[in-house]
Amino acid sequence: MKNTLLDVDELKATYGQMEVLHGIKFHVQRNEIVVILGANGAGKTTTLRAISGMVETTGRITFNGDSITELGPDYIVGKGIAHVPQGRGTFPELTVEENLKVGAFIRSDNDIKADMETCYETYPVLYERRLQSAGSLSGGEQQMLAVSRALMSKPELLLLDEPSLGLAPQIVEGLFARFKTMNQDLGTTMLIVEQNAQIALAMADRGYVLESGEIAVEGEANLLVNDDAIRKAYLGG
Amino acid sequence: MDLFLQRLFDALTNGSTYALIAVAMVLIFKATTLINFAQGEQAMLGAFIVLQLWKWGIPMWGAVVIGMIFSGILAACLERTFIRKFDPADHLPLVIITLGLFLVINAVAAIVWRFDPLSFPQLFPSGKAVTIGDARLSWYSIFAFGSCLLVLFILQTLLTKTKIGLAFRAVSSNLESSRLCGIKIGKTLQFGWALAAAAGTLGASIYAANPVLQIEPTIMLRALIFSITAAALGGLDSLWGALIGGLTIGFVQSVVVQYIPFIPNEMTLAAAVVVLLIVLTFRPSGFLGTKTVERV
Repeated sequence: MKNTLLDVDELKATYGQMEVLHGIKFHVQRNEIVVILGANGAGKTTTLRAISGMVETTGRITFNGDSITELGPDYIVGKGIAHVPQGRGTFPELTVEENLKVGAFIRSDNDIKADMETCYETYPVLYERRLQSAGSLSGGEQQMLAVSRALMSKPELLLLDEPSLGLAPQIVEGLFARFKTMNQDLGTTMLIVEQNAQIALAMADRGYVLESGEIAVEGEANLLVNDDAIRKAYLGG
Repeated sequence: MDLFLQRLFDALTNGSTYALIAVAMVLIFKATTLINFAQGEQAMLGAFIVLQLWKWGIPMWGAVVIGMIFSGILAACLERTFIRKFDPADHLPLVIITLGLFLVINAVAAIVWRFDPLSFPQLFPSGKAVTIGDARLSWYSIFAFGSCLLVLFILQTLLTKTKIGLAFRAVSSNLESSRLCGIKIGKTLQFGWALAAAAGTLGASIYAANPVLQIEPTIMLRALIFSITAAALGGLDSLWGALIGGLTIGFVQSVVVQYIPFIPNEMTLAAAVVVLLIVLTFRPSGFLGTKTVERV
């Protein structure tokens, strides 16, 4: 199991009185793209928030061999996990460039400028708008910025929460194609939560289906695409 | 005409003080959308410390700087002890706490320095700088306004050019994403509290150094309400808006009351609030406040 980057076991999470995750178990291998599918309220977002330390959890979350279950978000990002929350998670009042600087907040090395250039090369539109406030960008551009912002912390694992939400289909396609190249070129491991199962499974290596806080199905992405039950529930028949 | 000019000069004097306290409130509001009602009393305590240090023989401006640092540290401690343990999204307990701090600080100052007015050292050269007809612009007014501009420029630079300033603005903009970027929220807000208290202490010291005023524990009570109004006028989250708001309130206080004879002097405060009401009716986010746009 030395290729396992993230290992989650018996993970339970509660919001107030309500238990949202009932002891789930899954893992992410190095360089993999793993997708978590599920309906609204199944606990997908909570799963990601549990990993990045944003909600109270019990169970075991191991990253790179170290337990991160007890750590807060400010330490977890330092371990190499970046989280793009649902609804973009940019800083609307800050400029595009400042957003990227905040993304590199935990770093103190000299490569920050160079990495910022890389972001601009990947998304030239961000360079054009680097001095504009992030709030003035379109939805698709904000998602590009949110992902770039997350990459500025030089993560080994990127958590993406419904990146397709509220975006036009052709923009979603471009975005996911970019994720795939990012994964191949930079070797960034990704854990993606999605409702758009079609496009997510097309690009992922493996997938999990979350139902009411429990893992219902898991398997290779290409097998899940052809699974009858999943086709019915998540791919529109 | 001369009288009008004189009133404008007076507006500059009071407006600068209100602006400095308003700036302090804006700093905290920006990050937490919380009005710190103790801001004026923290500033008053800071000014008393300055006075005490000066009486102990420390040069005047040295005393001001030490006083600012002291009140910054005190504010950082207050934040750590009373504010941080509460949910920042739940405002009612926090407002009650700032009101409590208001009363406690006021009582402490009253116990230590009593209610007898004490004279405060002159911070600026005395006398008049410019005379136009019968209107006199004092050095005090010029320096008070100048200090206010200087503080705003320093804060502006601190917030845009330093890493902790960037973190502060990030926290103001998006709390959750700030946490996900590894920013320590508590420490960043603590920095905001310290900065606000230092600016407030300078404001109260300048206010108390007004040749026509003396310092006493209740000195900031009226100024606090004018400052809250000034901050709201400016938009509550804009530093420069606080300056414009402060000057506007200073203007209302000296000009409107002078020229509208049926408004007695005691009603100045009400006049200021009426102006606030009118401005917010037409510009709901104040002069320079961020417009909140909800995209659905």
